[in-house]
This record gives sequence, structure tokens and C-alpha cells, in this order.
Amino acid sequence: MSDTTVQIIEARTPPPETIRKWTVSRIVGTALCGVWIALGVGLVWSLYSAFDPDVFFKYMPRMADGLIITIKLVVFSIVLGGLLAIPMAFARMSKSDIIRGCAFGYVYFFRGTPLLGQMFLMYYGAGQFVDQLQSVGLWWFFRDAYNCVLLTFVLNTTAYQAEIYKTAIESIPRGQHEAAESLGLKKGLTFWKIIFPQAMITALRPLGNEIILMIKGSAVASLVTVFDLMGATKLAFSRTFDFNVYLWAAIVYFSIVETLRRTWDWLEERLTRHLVR
Amino acid sequence: MMDLIAQLAWGPGGWGDELAAGTLLTVSLALATLPFGLAIGLLIAVAKTSGEKSLQTAANVYTTIFRGLPELLTLLIVYYGGQIVLQRIFALFTDAYVEVNGFVAGMVALGLVFSAFASEVFASAFRGIPAGQPEAAQALGMTRWQAFRLVTLPQLIRLSIGGLSNLWLILLKETSLVSVIALNDLLRNTNVAVGSTKQPLFFYSVALAIYLVLSLISAKGLGAVEAHVKRGEQRTA
Repeated sequence: MSDTTVQIIEARTPPPETIRKWTVSRIVGTALCGVWIALGVGLVWSLYSAFDPDVFFKYMPRMADGLIITIKLVVFSIVLGGLLAIPMAFARMSKSDIIRGCAFGYVYFFRGTPLLGQMFLMYYGAGQFVDQLQSVGLWWFFRDAYNCVLLTFVLNTTAYQAEIYKTAIESIPRGQHEAAESLGLKKGLTFWKIIFPQAMITALRPLGNEIILMIKGSAVASLVTVFDLMGATKLAFSRTFDFNVYLWAAIVYFSIVETLRRTWDWLEERLTRHLVR
Repeated sequence: MMDLIAQLAWGPGGWGDELAAGTLLTVSLALATLPFGLAIGLLIAVAKTSGEKSLQTAANVYTTIFRGLPELLTLLIVYYGGQIVLQRIFALFTDAYVEVNGFVAGMVALGLVFSAFASEVFASAFRGIPAGQPEAAQALGMTRWQAFRLVTLPQLIRLSIGGLSNLWLILLKETSLVSVIALNDLLRNTNVAVGSTKQPLFFYSVALAIYLVLSLISAKGLGAVEAHVKRGEQRTA
């Protein structure tokens, strides 16, 4: 056994490169990508070739103002709705049948009916009670369509956010409450320091979706004479019949939603990095 | 109060028949959108979960676009844009004036949005079915279509029914947007009634109550369907 010679494995040719075959799905996929590229080029071409500087410079400032109104509507309604949603979430989980029932009815009503209908009810319904509202000194508020829309949005998002917070709070295991109690922590402290931070992480994803829904939903404000981005766009279209204004608006809305979605994904990844195993 | 309720009377004196006709249009629009939305959503989900990169990209672009635009804007773009495009195509052959049907425009716009969201539901349901199952079915001699129809699809329905129920409820509410393109749905007929009677509070409350009842019936029905498709599931705990 002493004469074993060292055998060197001869170099072999590398395996042949796999050629990606033109399967049916690849052909279809490439064709569909081609369609999207063509549509994208068509969009740019349409915006470029039919570009009307008069329309653009006349209505761009209005649309910018509209964008600010849209952003204000969304930010105020999400923040105010969020503040109201926490007590509402607790009412949904209350031990009292009456409180729980009322909160359930509220949430069911606002989630089961169209936002557009709620807005009409608020705006035109308030108009029916001018005298009564004037006598209690609230007419200045309801006179402005913007305020009516904001109030409707706040009430609407309160219902949605209450459901989000309720689900998130209920997702925290009972053991967490019990452990905190056995350590002698007070109820309030347990909630703010233990339950709430964990619940917010669960709530993060649906909350992001709710903000996006609100941005998209806020376009209906234009139907009761609020000149948000959509309102300004409709005004420009009705005066010029230049279809491109809708495409500009689409690009703006799309960019906002897409930016927010990506930011939210990043935020979620960042905030949950300690949970990744 | 009684004179308000009298306004809901059937016939020329009251608004009951108009509201009923509007409700019918709302429900039929939602029902007409559903099959298209589901079929396109399923196709896009298949594309998303296929191994082919280009198909995935094309499917993701679709979802990203129609989830990112406000539904109202999508509707107006389909309605007015469709008008312009059809006009140009028809101008090649005839000089007749074409008008986009509001119902079809509503169906297309709502279907685009619905299918974009439905494709996400279906795609995550597909990911919930282990790849070994269709493979095993094919190893037993089933064709790919048989494996899909008999093994994947029944589980797909079970996994996606919850998400699809939510989408249906959203669709039902979103049909109210077609009132802006002069389609006589429930909300538009209510607007007409309000314009004529000057009783916004009452009529909008009635309309919202009808929407609420529609949601309630849908939720009950979908709950029963869900219980039926999940009857084989073992209960834990």
C-alpha cells in the first residue's frame, strides 16, 4: 500500500451554460412587459405632444394648492382620528354591554357605508339645519365644505383605526398582562410601557394601509366643492377639456402613494429588526 | 316624520321606486364586476407566483398602478380617456359619434381596482399551498390542469375567501363613485330625490341604511360560504 500515487483529477470543462428557453410564459411575460413599456412611452408622449403651456401655467398653481389641501385633509384626519380611535378601541373592548354595543354600532356604520354617502349626509344634512346651527353658534364651522369633509374623514378613520388598534391590542398575549401584574405594575403603566409599544408594531402595517386608503379616498372631497388636488384637476378639465390634467393628477397621486408605501415598508423593517431571528 | 316616510312611497308621488331602482343598479354593477375582477385577479396571481421573471414584473406593475391611484381618478380616466380612445378608433372607420356606456366604464374601472387587490389575496393564498402538493398530484399522473383544478383550487378558495369577502364589501361601497359619471345608482338617485325634496338628512340616512343592509346581508352570506368551504378544517384548541 506504500506505492499509492497521488492522482490529480484532471480539469474538466465547465458544465454548459443553461440557455433560458423561450417558454410560453416567457414569451407572454416579455410581451406584457413590452405592453407596459409601450403604455409608459405613450403616456410620456401624450403628455409631451399635447403639452399646452397656457393650461399648464394657469392650472399648475391651482393643482399645487389642491395638493396642499389634500395633504392637510389626510394629515389632520389621520392624526385626529388616531386620537379618537384609542378610546374607541377601548370602548369596543369594554366590559359594559352598552358601551361595547354603541362602539360596535359606530364602527359598523362607518365601515359599512360609502365614505361618499357619509360626506353628502354631513355636508347637505348640515345645510338643512342652518337656523339651529346658527343659534348654537356652530354654523361658521359647517358652512365651510372643507370643515364638513374633514369632520367626516375624522369620524370615518376613527372607526377604521379603532378596529386596527383593537385587533393589535388583543393580539398581545394575556401572559404579558399577568406578568406585569405579578411584578406589581399599575394598569396604566402596564398599558403604556408594555402593551402599547408591542401593539403599535402589529398595528403598523394596517395603519399604513389606512393612510394610503385615506389619501386615495380624500379625492371624493372634490365632489362637495372642496378644491383638493382632485377638485383642482376637475376644474381644469371642465374649463379646458385637456385630458392631460387627469394624467398629471394620476402621476402626482401615484407618486405620493408609492413613496409612502416604500417609506412605510422601510419603517416597518427598521422598527421590527429586533424581532427577526 | 310621517310625511317624510310618505316620501318613500312607490310610484310617481314618492321616491321609493327610484331608490329601489338605484339599489338594483348598485347591486348589479357590483355583481357584474365580480367575475371579471376575480378572473383577472387570479390570472395575475398566477403570473406573480410563476417562476418567470418577466411575467412577475408585468403583474407587479399592474398591481402597483391600480392600487396606487384613487378609485375616483381611475373611474374618470377610464370614462373620459376611454371616450377619447374609442372616438379615435371609430374615426378610422366611421364618423358616427360614440359614447362610452357609464355602466361599462364603471365595471372596467372597479374591475381594474378589484383585480389588483384580489391578485394580492390570491398570490398569498398560492404561497400558502406547499409546492409539493401539485407536484405530488402530477406524479400520480394528473395533468397540470387537473392538479390545479382538483388539488390547488379548492385550497386556494379556502385560503382566500376571507380576503375576498373584504374586497367584496369594499367593492359594494365603491360602486357609489359611479354616481359622478351620471349612472343612476343608489347614491345618484338619492341626490336627485334630495334635489327635489330638500330633505338631505332623511334621504341620505335612508341611502346609507340601504348600503348598511347590503353589507349586512353580504357579510352574513359570505360568512356562510366561508363556513362551508372551511368545513373540512380541523378546529384547534
